[in-house]
Amino acid sequence: MSDSPSTTKLPAQSPPVDPAETEAAGHRAAPAPAGRLSWWHGDGGEGARRNLALIGVLLILFVIGAATRSDLYSNPDWVWANMLSILKLASVVGVVTVGMTFVIIGGGIDLSVGAIVALAGVWCTTVATQSFGAAGMIFTAIVVGVAVGLVNGTLIAYGRLVPFIATLAMLVAARGLAAEISQKQTQISQNNTINGIASNDLFGIPLLVYILAAVVLAGWVLLNRTTFGRRTVAVGGNPEAARLAGINVKRHTLMLYALSGLCCGIAAIMLTAQATSAQAAMANLYELDAIAAVIIGGTLLSGGRGTIIGSLLGVIIFATITNLFAINGLSTEAQNMVKGGIIVAAVLIQQVQFGSLSQFFRRNRLTTS
Amino acid sequence: MSETGRPLVEAPSDAVAGEVVLRLSDVVKTFPGVRALDGVQLEVRAGEVHCLLGQNGAGKSTLIKVLAGVHRPDSGLVEWRGEPVAFANPQAAMRAGIATIYQELDLVEDLSVAENAFLGHEPRSFGFIRRGHIAGRTRQILGRLGHAEIPPGRMVRALPAAGKQVVSMARALSHEARLIIMDEPSAVLAHDEVENLFRIIRELTAQGIAVIYISHRLEEIREIGDRVTVLKDGRTTAANLPARETPTRDLVSRMTGRTIEYVFPERPTETTVGEELLAVDGLTRSGEFADVSLTVAAGEIVGIAGLVGSGRSEVLETIYGARRAEAGTVRMAGRSLRPGSVGAAVRAGMGMAPEERKSQALLLGEPIYRNVTLATFARYARLGFTDVGKERAEADRIAESLEMRPRDVSRPVRTLSGGNQQKVVVGRWLLGGTRLLLLDEPTRGVDVGARAELYQVIRELAAQGVGVLLVSSEVPEVLGLADRVLVMREGRVVRTAPADELDESTVLDLVMAGSLMEGAAA
Repeated sequence: MSDSPSTTKLPAQSPPVDPAETEAAGHRAAPAPAGRLSWWHGDGGEGARRNLALIGVLLILFVIGAATRSDLYSNPDWVWANMLSILKLASVVGVVTVGMTFVIIGGGIDLSVGAIVALAGVWCTTVATQSFGAAGMIFTAIVVGVAVGLVNGTLIAYGRLVPFIATLAMLVAARGLAAEISQKQTQISQNNTINGIASNDLFGIPLLVYILAAVVLAGWVLLNRTTFGRRTVAVGGNPEAARLAGINVKRHTLMLYALSGLCCGIAAIMLTAQATSAQAAMANLYELDAIAAVIIGGTLLSGGRGTIIGSLLGVIIFATITNLFAINGLSTEAQNMVKGGIIVAAVLIQQVQFGSLSQFFRRNRLTTS
Repeated sequence: MSETGRPLVEAPSDAVAGEVVLRLSDVVKTFPGVRALDGVQLEVRAGEVHCLLGQNGAGKSTLIKVLAGVHRPDSGLVEWRGEPVAFANPQAAMRAGIATIYQELDLVEDLSVAENAFLGHEPRSFGFIRRGHIAGRTRQILGRLGHAEIPPGRMVRALPAAGKQVVSMARALSHEARLIIMDEPSAVLAHDEVENLFRIIRELTAQGIAVIYISHRLEEIREIGDRVTVLKDGRTTAANLPARETPTRDLVSRMTGRTIEYVFPERPTETTVGEELLAVDGLTRSGEFADVSLTVAAGEIVGIAGLVGSGRSEVLETIYGARRAEAGTVRMAGRSLRPGSVGAAVRAGMGMAPEERKSQALLLGEPIYRNVTLATFARYARLGFTDVGKERAEADRIAESLEMRPRDVSRPVRTLSGGNQQKVVVGRWLLGGTRLLLLDEPTRGVDVGARAELYQVIRELAAQGVGVLLVSSEVPEVLGLADRVLVMREGRVVRTAPADELDESTVLDLVMAGSLMEGAAA
C-alpha cells in the first residue's frame, strides 16, 4: 500500500501487441500457481471434481454389472466388447450433446435436435441425393443441419423469440418436413460407404466411436481454447456485460444454434449408417437425452458454466444403464424410471454442492463491500 | 503511519444514554484462505445511530451477515440484550429483533406492499392469510414511518426506489425489530429522498430502536450518526468515536492506515487538452433526452451532472451504441459511428464502465483475469485460439497498477469488494488502447480510500491523452474531477461551463430547480 496515491502506476497505452511490453509484462507477472494451468484448466477445478464424481458413478455401474452378470464379466474379451458397444450406443446422442452443451452454456436451449437429425437423415437419403454418392450425402446432411440451426438462431437472436418456443416450433416443423420429403416411407441407404461407417472398425474400435471422440475433442478445444468458447461463456453468463464489452451477442447466439445444427447433421449420417435407412420418426426424443446428459454433466441450465467432458460422461452413463438393463433382460420401462431418477439425483447433488439453493442465492446477493 | 499506534478502542462517549443492546467482543470469522473478521469489537446502544465505517473488504458485510444470522462466528462473543446468542439462521435473528435492510432490497416486486411487509410471517387463521388484518397493520406501520400515503395494496413494482426502501423498513418493523441494520441505504436514493430517510431514522431512534448505519458518504454520517466504529482488515481500529466531532482525517487514517485526505487529484496547471476526440450533435431519444450536443477532447475530463432520471446515463449509453439514437450523430475523431452498435464504438476506441457493475459489466463466477480481458481476449488470440498466459500476464499488470486486492487474478470476481470490482471494470479498458472512457457512476458503492485511487487513475489517464466522459450524481465529484461540466435536467443540457466557473450550490440549483428556475435556466 503506497503512502501517496500519486505513485499509482498506470499501464502504458501502447497497443497490447507491442513485443517490448509483452516482455515487460511477462516479467512482472506473478508466476502462476502450479497446477493452475494443467490440462483441464479450461474446465475449471470445480468442473474437474464433478467429472471425477461422474467417473465414480460409471465405476459403480460397472460393479453393479459385474455383480449381476458375473458370468459375462468374468470374460475380459466380453467386457472389452461390451464397453465398445456402450460407446457405440452413446456415439450418436454424444455428438448431438456436444452441440447442445454449447447452446446451454450460451444461455439457450435447443429442443429441435432430434427433429433436425431426422430431417437431415431423410434429406440425405432421397434417391436424388444418393445419386451424388457418399460425399454428396454427407454434404447434404451437414448443410441441412446447419441451415435449420441458422433458422433457429435467426429467430432467437434477431427475432427475439424465446429459445424454448422457437426450437419447439422447429421440432414440430422439421419433423413435418421430414415426413413430407420421405412420404412417410423408410428410405433405404444403398451407399456402402455410408453404411460402412457404422459397421466398420479401425484397430478393433468402431468408426462411430472415432467420430464421437473427434467431435468431443473438437468441442473441448472450441470451448476451452478458443475465442468462440470464451464468447459462449460470456454470452451465457451475463449477456448484458458481454454486449457492453463489445461482443456481438446476437451473431454469437446465431452461431451457437448453427453449431448445434452442424452436430445434428453429423449425427444424422451416423444414425442413417447404423440403420442403413432414414425415416421421419428417427432420433425420437434425442433432445431429452441430450439435455439430460448436459445437466447430469454439471452444466448450468441458466448458462455461463459447463463442461464438454461432463456432458460426454452424462451420455455414457445413460448408455451404460441401457446396456445394464439389456444384459439383465429387464424392460425399457423400468430403465426409463431409473433414468428419470438419475436426472433428479444429479441436480440434487449439484445443489448440495452449493450448500443449498437458498444459500446459493443469498451468497450471490450479498457479495458487496 | 503513526496514527495506528494509538489505543485501538477509545472510551465510550457519554453522549448516548441508552442501554447497550448489542455487544460484540473479539468476534472472529474465517473463510477458506481469508480471515474476514479478525477480532471485532462493537457496542450499540438503544436509540442511537451507530455508523460502521471501513474500506471495501474491511469486513463490514461479513459483520452484517454475522449479526443477521447468515454466518456464525468462529470465536468471540455476541451479546444481544445482555444474553450471549448464536443465531442459527436469518429467521432466528429476525425473531430476536434484528432486522437487516440490504443494499439490494430483497422485495418481491409482484406482491403488494402489505404482503411484502409480512412476507414469511403472515398472520393466519385456519391456514388462510388474514389479508384485512395485514393491510391494517401495514397501514399503521407505514404511518409510524411517516408514509401513510403508500397504499398497502399497491404492487411494490409500481413504487419508486425510495418507496421500496420504506417497505423494507416496514418489514423490519413488522418483526418488532429492536435493531435495524442498514447497508448503504442512501446509495439508491436521490438527494431529497435521503433527507426523508434521515427523518425516518430519527423517528425510529426516538422510539428506542437502535440503527447500524453503513455508508461511504462521510457527510451523511456527520448528519445522522451518533457514534462511529471503524473497521480495517477485519479488526476494529476505533470504536465509539463521536460522529460529528471526529475530524475527517482521523477517520480516514483509521480506515486506511495512512493519513491522506479524501481529495481530488490536482488539475494540471497547464491545460494539455488535445484535439477533439468525440463530437456528439443533436442526440435525441424521445422520452429520455433531446438535442444533446457535446464534445470531449483528448486528455479532457468532461462531467455530466444530473439527477437519476435526468437522462444522463441514457446519453452515455447512446453514445456508446448500447441504445440506438433516434436523431443526431456521434463522431469519434471525425468519423461517424454506426448508431446502435457497441462493437463499432469499441473498435473506434471507446470503453464504458456502466452504472450497474454486477448486472452490466461482470461475469461474477469467472476469474478476475477473464473479466479484465473480456473486451480484449480476441486481440491476444492467435487464429481464434485464446492465449491464457498472455491474458493472465496483462491482467496481472492491471491488477498491480490499480492495486487490486486480492492480487491473485484467478480468483472469481464474485469474491471481490465493490471498489475492487470497479477496478476490474475500469482496468478492462486500460488494456485495449482505449481513447475515450465513458464512466457511469464510477464510485458508487466504493469506499473513500479506493475512491481517491480511482480519481487518481482517471486523472492520470487524462494526462496520457485519454478523453473521459463522466456521469455522477455526486456534484462534488463532477466538480472536483472534471475540466468541463454539463448540467442535465429532464433530458436536456441546461448549462455547459468550465468546472472552475461553477460551484456546488449553483449546480444543485440547476439540477433540482425544476419549475422554480424554469424561465431563467433554459
